Amino acid sequence: MAEVFAEDSVSSGAMLDDRRVEELSSGRSRGAGIRVVAGETTGFAHTSDLSEAGLLAAAAAAAAVAKEGGRKVRTVALGPVDLHGRGVKTLPSSVEKSAKLDLLMRADDAARSMGDAIAQVQVGCGDSRRRVLIANSFGLFAEDDQIRTRFNVMCVANGDTGMQTGFESLARTEGFEIFERFNVDEVARAAASRAIAKLSARPAPSGEVPIVLAGGSGGILFHEACGHGLEADHIVKDASVYAGQMGQLVASPLVTLVDDGTVAGEWGNFAVDDEGNAPSRNVLIENGVLTDYMWDWLRARQEGRKSSGNGRRQSYQHLPMVRMTNTYLLAGTEKADEIVAQTPNGVYVKKLGGGQVNTTTGDFVFGTTEAYLIEDGHITEPLRDANMIGNGPEVLRRIDAVADDFDMTPGTCGKDGQSVPVGCGQATLRITGVTLGGTA
Amino acid sequence: MTATTVSSTTVSTGVGELLDLATSVVDSAGPGEAMEVFVTRGTENEVRAYDGAVESLTSADSSGVGIRVLLSGDDGNRLGFAWAGSLDRAVIDAALADARDNARYATPDPDVVFAEPDGTAAIELDLWDDRVLTVPMEDKVALALQLERATRSADPRVRQVNSADYSDGRVEVALASTTGIRSTSRRTTAFVSVDAIAGEGADSQTGSGFSVGRSPADLHPEEATAEAVLRATRMLGATKARSGRCTVVFDPRVVSTLLSVIASALSGEAVVKGRSFFAGRLGETVAHGAVTLVDDPTDARAFTASSRDGEGLATRRNVLIANGVLEMFVYDTVSARRAQTRSTGSAVRGGFSGTPSAGCRALVLSPGQLGASEVLAAVGDGLYVQSVTGIHSGVNPVSGDFSVGAEGLMIRNGVLAEPVREVTVASTLQRMLQSVVAIGSDLTWLPGVAAGQTLAIGDMQLSGD
Repeated sequence: MAEVFAEDSVSSGAMLDDRRVEELSSGRSRGAGIRVVAGETTGFAHTSDLSEAGLLAAAAAAAAVAKEGGRKVRTVALGPVDLHGRGVKTLPSSVEKSAKLDLLMRADDAARSMGDAIAQVQVGCGDSRRRVLIANSFGLFAEDDQIRTRFNVMCVANGDTGMQTGFESLARTEGFEIFERFNVDEVARAAASRAIAKLSARPAPSGEVPIVLAGGSGGILFHEACGHGLEADHIVKDASVYAGQMGQLVASPLVTLVDDGTVAGEWGNFAVDDEGNAPSRNVLIENGVLTDYMWDWLRARQEGRKSSGNGRRQSYQHLPMVRMTNTYLLAGTEKADEIVAQTPNGVYVKKLGGGQVNTTTGDFVFGTTEAYLIEDGHITEPLRDANMIGNGPEVLRRIDAVADDFDMTPGTCGKDGQSVPVGCGQATLRITGVTLGGTA
Repeated sequence: MTATTVSSTTVSTGVGELLDLATSVVDSAGPGEAMEVFVTRGTENEVRAYDGAVESLTSADSSGVGIRVLLSGDDGNRLGFAWAGSLDRAVIDAALADARDNARYATPDPDVVFAEPDGTAAIELDLWDDRVLTVPMEDKVALALQLERATRSADPRVRQVNSADYSDGRVEVALASTTGIRSTSRRTTAFVSVDAIAGEGADSQTGSGFSVGRSPADLHPEEATAEAVLRATRMLGATKARSGRCTVVFDPRVVSTLLSVIASALSGEAVVKGRSFFAGRLGETVAHGAVTLVDDPTDARAFTASSRDGEGLATRRNVLIANGVLEMFVYDTVSARRAQTRSTGSAVRGGFSGTPSAGCRALVLSPGQLGASEVLAAVGDGLYVQSVTGIHSGVNPVSGDFSVGAEGLMIRNGVLAEPVREVTVASTLQRMLQSVVAIGSDLTWLPGVAAGQTLAIGDMQLSGD
């Protein structure tokens, strides 16, 4: 198999820090990655020289690596993709820079209006347009035009007990029109109130406790507890706790987990993946039973099946591999406040930060950035940030309640040195016991 | 081998070309306009071996430019930035136009200026080894294959080698500005790393090992294998531990990671913007008296050594904490002006797509007297941590809160005992610095902004069952 992946991307960003517009930045990158797969060996070369000579040189380098003879050349060209068909209304590049700066100022004001304790505010916005074209020796020819827009606020609150931080972000695979539907003031207020709340926080408990995760608190639980472990590259190398578990009960029957790159506008959405395949809605766990893994072309080929549209790469300078898109738990039927009321003692996590997993052992961590004690079925005192640790299949079996208040959150997923945008989603849920790494 | 950083009069053709390019862009600056141009070009190779064969081989060149433009006015200077992943002149001109336009929108600020030569002479370092170029690709492939084979056969309990990689790179950098900066540097790197999976029954555990150098000839793949296999096999049978307070001994790799987090709180930029728990504490005792922390990029033993910083100034040895007392922060030009001091030659930048910021580059915690096993003996009972997870989700350099996932072995009667996994260790960075029990003599140079050695910290909270 020979493949050319051509990419043209432009990005812009603006940062308001300490009430100053410190930096506006613009970036542009253009190039092609050429992949040749012969037998089990992949050769890869990339170039920023998109002339015929440049591409042929890279192709020769990649082919030499894979020790494949023969020479077939197809001529390809970057063409326009119908953005309106993809729901993009306002190209961020068509928006005046001053309009973007107005949003930053507004958010700064909104954050500071939350109280004098807010000592520092950093507001950033950014957008990118990534046009890709993929052609391969099977005759595949696909292209996509991906527009992404993001906005984030970081606040520092200062109090008698020291400093605390609050972060909130908004990120969509859409154009500048997202600001018609989403209010940046709310993003700023969420970040500010998070920092302020933690000023009076007490140390988080240490040891195993029941946890209630709020709807849309991050969804990083599933991303780490099983998402990475269900990526086929780990499966074919027997480097995942979920290898050989197909058809087995790997989670509570309340868990139906989906990875779906087709969800329009979500952060992990695209029209074709970075191998030219359409994304699909893949049910990975259904009522607790493992039903499928996620596949890119290379690993699917080894198993004699089709890609599930999960072949992604950071840029033309990277080889594609199996990646998540938008990974979410289907909503349940319970009410969030009743789940809390029915939890005598535990911890309520309103917002999660990042996480990390060892797919082989299944052990994973995920951190809180806003959490409270639950005492006698009521949310009470705020807690300082801490990581939680658990083992994927064990934690998934301990989910005993799922509510109906589903929401998604954007994130950046890092794997093997490559970052890609992903979405995570869940409704309010309860885990009967997770080890919380506090100090109290 | 040749010198890595050379003055503009004696540059070799490669970096000379880059400096010429940077200078030619800088020369196009108009009146009332200052400009700084960063140009870089590199080549990378990466071989991954799996199951006795080459799984993938990547070979690629990459280059790019980062342009900062300053428009000066009565109420201060306005900064604009743009980058491009190409050295094509037309692309550079487009980036320059973007940077100029971006500058029009920035808030005027008298503290935003470019570095000017400050009279400190750069200490030239030898960071280039031609063997990265001259060793044939077949030999590099053979290194990866041999690493995979050796790791697979090192111990009967190794049931999988998840990845065995060889990678190398060379990078050349030139920087020019209208304020008189002319700087070039070049470096080579070579790296092998291996991830082993050990299994016994249904139990699987992982361990990684690596070796770094300036050329393939510097590498010790047998050490990478031994490290990966030891780390994976000694974790077999690991269970959760009981919660409680204990002394935690961190291995050198973990200590390097801990120091890199502390480094972000020692950035003058974080301090001046009120985002560091060290803010306002200069001259105070912030750590145990045994703690002396130095950032010294001029030490060629550091993998991250560099004779010049991200703004082209000479790097220098900066003593940040001396015998527990906070002595100074690291500054780039802008953060130094905001703090009414001078740059410490500590501008760092993440390649051509990033702008300079203040940061540590080569931190070293002064070694103590005890070897690693003597540290364990001195501690007696506690937890030895061989790796941590969730540094980014559980450590906050603003508040100092510290909570990470950990795996390792219990320490009983001064020696390593049964393995432990799925636990966390927690404290605050402030308290950890004060609670140092012992610093090992086993200083290890590692990739990343800090070296590491065995370090014992008392009174940490272990969370498990």
